[in-house]
Amino acid sequence: MTDIRCVKLCKYFQQGDIVIKALDHVSLDIEAGSLICLSGPSGSGKTTLLNAIGGLDKLDSGEIHFGDQRVDQLGKGPMADLRLHHIGFVFQAYNLIPVLTARENVEFVMQVQGVSAKQRRGKSLAILKEVGLEGMENRYPAELSGGQQQRVAVARAIVSQPKLVLADEPTANLDSETATQLMDLLRELNEYHNVTFLIATHDARVMGYARRLIRMRDGKIIADELQAND
Amino acid sequence: MILSLRMAWRNLWRHKRRTWLTALAMIFSNVLLVFMISLQFGSYDMMINNTLQAFSGHIQVQHPGYNDNPKLRQSIPAVVPLAVELRSTLPGAHIAARGAAFALVSSDQRSLGIQIIGVEPDHEPWVSTLPGLVREGRFLKDSLAAEIVIGRVLARNLKVSVGDELTLLGSGRDGSFAAGVVTVTGIFDSGSGDLDRSLAEVPLRYFQETFAMRDHGHSVVVAVDEIDTVPTAFAAVSHEIQDKPDLTALDWNQLQPGLKQAIQADMSSAWFMYGLLIILVAFSVLNTQLMSVLERTREFGVITALGVKPRKLASLVILETALMALLGLVIGVAIGWMVAAYLNTVGFHYPGMEQMAEKFNLPDRVYPSVTFFSMILGPGVVFLFSLLAAVYPSLRLFRLQPVEAMRAV
Repeated sequence: MTDIRCVKLCKYFQQGDIVIKALDHVSLDIEAGSLICLSGPSGSGKTTLLNAIGGLDKLDSGEIHFGDQRVDQLGKGPMADLRLHHIGFVFQAYNLIPVLTARENVEFVMQVQGVSAKQRRGKSLAILKEVGLEGMENRYPAELSGGQQQRVAVARAIVSQPKLVLADEPTANLDSETATQLMDLLRELNEYHNVTFLIATHDARVMGYARRLIRMRDGKIIADELQAND
Repeated sequence: MILSLRMAWRNLWRHKRRTWLTALAMIFSNVLLVFMISLQFGSYDMMINNTLQAFSGHIQVQHPGYNDNPKLRQSIPAVVPLAVELRSTLPGAHIAARGAAFALVSSDQRSLGIQIIGVEPDHEPWVSTLPGLVREGRFLKDSLAAEIVIGRVLARNLKVSVGDELTLLGSGRDGSFAAGVVTVTGIFDSGSGDLDRSLAEVPLRYFQETFAMRDHGHSVVVAVDEIDTVPTAFAAVSHEIQDKPDLTALDWNQLQPGLKQAIQADMSSAWFMYGLLIILVAFSVLNTQLMSVLERTREFGVITALGVKPRKLASLVILETALMALLGLVIGVAIGWMVAAYLNTVGFHYPGMEQMAEKFNLPDRVYPSVTFFSMILGPGVVFLFSLLAAVYPSLRLFRLQPVEAMRAV
C-alpha cells in the first residue's frame, strides 16, 4: 500500500548566477511500514527531500500526497498540524529541549496535541522503557550521553505513532557501537510497531539496515533498490 | 499547561544572572513606586485634611445657592439647633455653626472692608485650625461677648493690637444698619496672606445680634478625622436634611474645587516621572527577552519542526516574561509594603517640615497611605508594560522558518 507519494519534486536555490538543483524532478513512493535509507554525497539533496516531505521547506514544483490528501500546498498552520500528528523527526544533533527532562521531552509534543497528563505520563514512561532508558526519565539532556539523547529523540518522534518518521543523519554524532544500538532500535520499532522510517545517511552500516535503499546525486534519484538484510 | 509553566520557569533560569538583573530592576522600580505612590497618596490625604481643617471643613450644610452666591439673606434658620441635631447624628464628627457677613472695620486710624465670621467659640477649634494659630492674646470664649479675633496682617494694617477696640459697620439681614464695637482679644497668623488680611472671627450669638440674623446662620461645618469617612458622613448629613428643602449639603470637593484639580495636576507630573521609570524597566525586559529569543532560535526552529505553532512559542515567551514580572512584583511589593507600613506607623518627615508644621498648626509628619490600591497600582503598571515589552520578541517567532532557524548557531 502506498502511504506517501512524492511526484516530480523540484527545489532550486540561487547562488550568485548559478541555479542549484537541490531536488530535480524527484518522484518517490513510500509504503507504510517500510524502512528506507536515502544515501548520497553531501549536496545530493537528501536533507532537502526530507525537509520537503516534512513540510519544513516549500517546493518550487511537484506534489506530495499523504494517503489521499495533497499536503504540499497546505498553509503554515495546517502543515504544522500535519507534522504534529503524522510526522516524527529525528535530527543529527538530537535537538532535545535542554530545560526538560527525558520524560518531559517525550511528553512535550503530546501536550501540544492535547493528550491528558495521565496518558502522557503513561505513554512517555512506556516508550522510554522501550528505547532502553528506564530509570533515566528524570534526567536532563545534559545528563545523558549522545546515544541516550538520540534514544530520547527517537522516543519523542514515535510516541504519538506518526505515519512517518524522518531521520536526518541520526547516527552521525554517535560512535559505531552506539550507532549500531540505535539502528537495532529503529529496526525493532519498524518491525514490531510498523513505524515507517525514511533515513538520510552517509553511513554504510545504517544503509545495511534498510530494505530499500535510494541513492541520490545532484538532486536526482539515481538508484532505488531493494536489498536483503539480516 | 503545567509543563509549559515548568518549561517557562526553567528557561528563565538558564541565565540566572541576566534574569536576576532584570528582576532586580523590576524589584527596585516596584519598591520605589510603592513607596512613592503610598507617600503621594498619604500627602494628598494630608494636603486635603490640612486645607479643609484650616477653615472649610469636610462637609457644610448651607442654604441652596449660598456657595455660588454668598449673600447675607441666603441663610439657614435655627443654625445652632441644626448643629446640635447633626452632632447627635454624627457622634464621631466635629460640628460647628457659622454666620458670615461683610463689614467695614475701623480702628482709630484706619478703616478696611473684611469678612466677619460668627463662630461658636466652644466648637470652632475642632473644625478649624485658625483658633490654634492665635499668636497674641487668646481665642474667643463667650458666645455673646463683643470680641474679635483678627489676622496679623489686618492688625498691622489697622494698627491695632490685643485689647484695642474696633468698630464694625455693615448691613443687617433685614436691611437694617448693623454696627458694633468689639475688642481685639487675639491675633492669628495662619501663614495665608489672604486669611490674615481679610478675615475676622466674632462669637456667633454676638454676630447674630449685630447683623439682625435672629437664629439664622450661613453654614454648619462638619469635620471628620479620616478623609475616607467623608462619603459615609456626607450620606448621613444628606439623609438628615432630606426633608428640608431650604438646606443643602456640600462635600469638600464642592466647597474647594481647586483642591482636587491641584491634586490631579500634581499626580500628572508625578506619573510622568513614574512613566519614565516604567519605560526604562520595559526596555530592560525587552532587551532580556529579545536576547533570550535570539539565542534560542535553533531550539525554537526544532520545536516548530515538531509541529508546534508559533502562537504556542509566543505564549511561552509571554509566560516567561509574566513569571519574571510576577517575581519582581511579589518581591517589590513585599519590600515596598514593609517600608510603607513602617512609615505609616511612625510617619515620614523631611528636614524643615517640623518648623513649617508648627507655624501652620499642622501635623509634622506624612503618613504613607497603605492600601491595596497604593500597593498594586505602580507594580501593576510595571507588570503590564513588561508584558507589552515581550510582545515584539514574541512576534518575531511568527516569522520563524524552521529550516533556517535550525541552521542558526
